[in-house]
Order: sequence, then C-alpha cells, then structure tokens
Amino acid sequence: MELPTWKTINHACIVFEAGNSKEYLTGDWRSMRPEREDAKCVKCGECWMYCPDAAIYQDEQGYYAVDYDYCKGCGICARECKHGAITMVEESE
Amino acid sequence: MGKLTGIEVSIACSEAVTLCDVDVIAAYPITPQTHIVEHLSEQVAEGHLDAEYIKVESEHSAMSCCVGSSAAGARTFTSTCSQGLALMHEIVMIASGLRLPIVMAVATRTLSAPLSIWGDQSDVMSERDSGWITIFAENGQEVFDLTVQSFRIAEDERVLFPVMLCLDGFHLSHVIEPIELESKEDVQAWLPPYKAKYRLDPDNVLSMGAFAMPDYFSEIKKQQNEALRGTLPVIKEVFKDFGDRFGRYYEPVTRYQTEEAETIIVMAGAFAGTARLAVDTMRAAGKKVGLVTIKVFRPFPFEEITEALAGAKTAVVIDRALSVAGPGGPMASEIRSALYHEQKKPAVVSMVGGLSGRDVFQEQFIELVERAEACVASGKIPQYEMFGVRE
Repeated sequence: MELPTWKTINHACIVFEAGNSKEYLTGDWRSMRPEREDAKCVKCGECWMYCPDAAIYQDEQGYYAVDYDYCKGCGICARECKHGAITMVEESE
Repeated sequence: MGKLTGIEVSIACSEAVTLCDVDVIAAYPITPQTHIVEHLSEQVAEGHLDAEYIKVESEHSAMSCCVGSSAAGARTFTSTCSQGLALMHEIVMIASGLRLPIVMAVATRTLSAPLSIWGDQSDVMSERDSGWITIFAENGQEVFDLTVQSFRIAEDERVLFPVMLCLDGFHLSHVIEPIELESKEDVQAWLPPYKAKYRLDPDNVLSMGAFAMPDYFSEIKKQQNEALRGTLPVIKEVFKDFGDRFGRYYEPVTRYQTEEAETIIVMAGAFAGTARLAVDTMRAAGKKVGLVTIKVFRPFPFEEITEALAGAKTAVVIDRALSVAGPGGPMASEIRSALYHEQKKPAVVSMVGGLSGRDVFQEQFIELVERAEACVASGKIPQYEMFGVRE
C-alpha cells in the first residue's frame, strides 16, 4: 500500500469508509511467528478461542491455521495449546 | 450603520454570538468570562436564541461538548480563561487537530500561582502551539466585530480551524463602551448558516479522531500546519469583506504613527489604547515613536510584522505574560526570532509587565520607550526585563 503524502492524506485524518481497518495488515508488527505441527494438532480449537486478534481460522482439513496478515505474534496460542502443537519461531528464521 | 449603544463589552460579545445564531454553547463560568456565558444562558432561556446551552461540570467537558457538537455540524461557541483554559488544554489541541470551526472568546486572565483573578495574557500564551487561529481585540467594538468575523473565518472551507478571540479580562470584559451593534438581518445576511463540509452523520458515515501510526502522524501534522499558515489570506479577505459591508476595516497587524518612527511599541490587546495616547504625547514632543498592534497572532503574520518594523531602530515589545526564566516575553521572543534573518530590522527589547491586572499608564509607556532606546544606544540589550515591579 502506497502511503499518502501530507498533500494527499485525508483532511484532518478523517476516515471516509466504514470498516477499512481490515486493510491495515497488523501482521507487520510481528517479530515471532506461531507454527503448527499437524501431527500434534487435535483440532480442538483452543488456540482459536484464545487468539485476541481473531487471527486463527479453521482450514478445509479442519486444522486451525494462522492468518499471518493479522497475527501480531503474541504467542498466546502457543502458550495455551495443551498438545504442544504450536511453537513460536523468530521471524528472521 | 449599526446602532450605537452603551454596553458592557462582555454583553456585546454575547449579543454578537446571538446574532450569529449559534446552535450550541457549552461553557463553564469563570471570572472574568462569566458575564459572557451568563448573558448567553439568558438569551437561550428567554427564547432570543434558539440554541442548546449545555451546562457542564468543567471546562474540560465544555470543550469536549464543543468538539462533539462541531463535529456534528453545529455552529458552536464557548468561552473561558485562565485555569479554565488550562483545564481545557487537552481538548483545545484536539479541536484544531480535527479542524473543527469552534469559536471561543477568552477573557484573558493570569494563571495561578499565586491565585489571582485579574487579567493578563498568560493563559492564551500557554495555548500558542495549540493550532487555533488566535485574534486579539483592542476595544469593545473590536470584540463585537471580531466575534462575528471569527465564525465566518473559522467556517470558511479554506480554513476550517477553531478561532480563539482574546479580550483582556476586566480591562475589556467588564467595561462599558459605546459600541455599534449591527442588526440581526445585516449580520445574518453577511454570515450565512453553517453548512459543515465534513460532519458526523449516520446516513453518510465517516470517522473523526482516528488513531494515527508513526507512518501517518507527521503527514497529518504537516497538513494541519500548512493549512493554518494558509489561512492568513482568507482572514484578510474576510476582514476586507466585513469592512466593505459594515465600514470598519481590520488588519492582522495595525500600524499607528509608524512612518519614520525610530522606536515602535509592539503589543496586543486593550493596553494598546493607552500606548496610543503615549505615542501621541511623544509625537507632540517631537519624538519619532509609533505603535504596532498584533491583531492576528496565529497564524503568525511574519510579513506584516517584518514590514511594519523594518524602518525602526528599536522595537519595544510589551508582553503581559512572563515566560518564566525563558528567553523573553512570549511575543517578544517570537518577533525577535521572526526578524532574525532580516537585513533591515530593529533591535528588539522585551518588556514584561501589566501582569495580573496591574495597569500600565501613559507615563510608563514613555519610560519604556526611553529605557529601550537607552539600552539600544548603550549596546547592552537585556534578553528581557520586567517593568513596574517594586525593587
């Protein structure tokens, strides 16, 4: 997304469209990335319940996957997963 | 031609607000602003003004209500001073950041401590960087006229900034003066109803006051800064249009006897009236002294000030506000800074006085001019001096 200049930015920072916060990909903030091991995941959905950013969704196979566009890498899913299926990995790795 | 009326200046301000047909007033009473809001509450209660008068529990709430009503597209007025303005501070910045055309009359008063209810300009000087158009009135007629013009300036789509109209507490707010009051028809023909370009409307949604991340904030602030700087031509245009209609012309910077003046007194507000008399006395005695009054303080009128002072040897800037242990009176520091790169410029002597209601008499203006000239002649110019203080 190309950032606006002081001349093109909306007057007084007014936002003219409703619900456009979804265009802002907060996943950019992440320094640690959650990764799931299919072999350990039992599809219980605990991570989905705990995720404060609603950045976890169920994929076609029923696994809980991470929406990396919005996951901020807080690590709550990894902490709460009782089966050790999620590990936090440095983004640089 | 309006009707010449003997009237208290605060009441004249309220009358002007009534003629401007405001939609919302949210204010909390504080001396010496009280008469302004008291009279407006009567105007609403007695049905002379069809507006919402919101009684609030503090000035912070007053300005918060104003932000809400102005964002909803209502013509909005408030008034305060001193501790009240200080309490508003947080929201004062928000009103200008959101570009809401609120008009606020400030009956300028000093800030505690020590506690004092009397007038000076410490309160408005503390809001210098808040992004409001800031205008100083010098007499009752100017208060009436500038109140009306403030709405027209603020609401102009090329402006959309709040306006702070400063009238000296007590020295203006509490005196009775002959003031030409214009008729409702004439004022309303000159000031059309406010139609907000951007407003909160459930049928046409938009968000104001959005959160800005570091990658947006500076662009928004630069936009605000350039926009406020760009309001001066519009202010001048409104001043001229008002003059053409009502016969009283205003300028961002007013010059009096500045032709060939060697020394110029520079100041803002009601005390300039006394300074004018002192200039007359000194001119009669053959001294080349003039007076420059600053009517529009924000946006800062760089060109007008440098031009007005270019021919003088000495500029005595009189501040009714003390920047404690700072580089000089607030106005003097700004003028000194504005002149710094000019080739032709006077020496700026900063004099701080008239604090908390202390009068500055004609003789004192003459003494200040003499003192400033002596400083310049000796080459020893103090950063600033406080005058009229017992040693």
